[in-house]
Amino acid sequence: MKMNRHQDTGRSRCPEENTDRKTARKSPDVRTEKNRGTAQKTAYLGLLTGLAIVLGYVESLIPFDFAVPGIRLGLCNVAILIVLNLYGWREACVVTVIRVIVIGFLFGNMFSIAYGMAGSLLSVLVMTLLIRTDRFTLTGVSAAGGTAHNIGQILVAYAVAPSFPLFWYLPVLMTAGVVTGILIGITVSAILPAVRKAAGRSARPL
Amino acid sequence: MNLMSKNHPDGKQYSLAGIRRRNSLLLIAGILAAAAVMFAVYTVRMSGMDNPKLEILVGSRRYGVYDLDRDQIITINHTNVCEIRDGKVSMIRADCPDQICVKSAPIDRHGGTIVCMPNKVILRITDADGGEDTPDAVAG
Repeated sequence: MKMNRHQDTGRSRCPEENTDRKTARKSPDVRTEKNRGTAQKTAYLGLLTGLAIVLGYVESLIPFDFAVPGIRLGLCNVAILIVLNLYGWREACVVTVIRVIVIGFLFGNMFSIAYGMAGSLLSVLVMTLLIRTDRFTLTGVSAAGGTAHNIGQILVAYAVAPSFPLFWYLPVLMTAGVVTGILIGITVSAILPAVRKAAGRSARPL
Repeated sequence: MNLMSKNHPDGKQYSLAGIRRRNSLLLIAGILAAAAVMFAVYTVRMSGMDNPKLEILVGSRRYGVYDLDRDQIITINHTNVCEIRDGKVSMIRADCPDQICVKSAPIDRHGGTIVCMPNKVILRITDADGGEDTPDAVAG
């Protein structure tokens, strides 16, 4: 119902129906255009969040946790990297938080939510900073993000159990993070131009 | 925020590509080098042990120290069961849902750890002589 009203205000061009003052002051055409952009962005973010969750499910089907726990393919990072590139760190954080909570409740437990949250948010932070410097390729950004994800997880484990063997896990998981990050980075580099094109206007800052 | 293409329209992107590639390679090499250094430090510390033994920790408290040469099955707090066989240690049972520790590779005298995070059980190889004088040893 909420969505319907929103669409109506955009199309009927009735200023008194529009609760958003800033938009109301502008000319009707600009307002409609803006509403469409926002709706498009919301739709794309929903789609990408869904993609992240589905990728998380696909990942849970792959038995990747041999030998050393904590190693994951990081397929969700495909969606997160796209969001980061299309929109920005705020949107990426929101998608990450939703993704971690949903995946945690569906396939994991409270522990996996804690690890996932720390790792993913640290990963988003590092990737945002690297993208901002504008001095790295997508693959480099992704490799650093994968590493940051694993470091974040280890830090939570260290906080839970202070005798956690950091020096044994860090090198193994850092190497794993780099390798999976590179794979994800190559994937995203290949699909990002197409996604950008498809997203079209919604890719601009809103 | 269109981060990737903020400062450079398409024409400029190509001149920057080389720099980006070089920086990224350096970054990746740096991370791998850091990992290699840490691994080397760990390996050197492990190989310097005179008397490697299995140490079981629960949380930050020591649960016990066990001889690697004697085959045995150890029950830890009714939550985990680990086995020493032919000098190799592996977790054979855990009551947690993820079973990550059970799937972990066995560890031996060259080092390594098995961790069951839900139960905070940590199996690791330590030097028995070095560990003896810590106050926590009483807890075992």
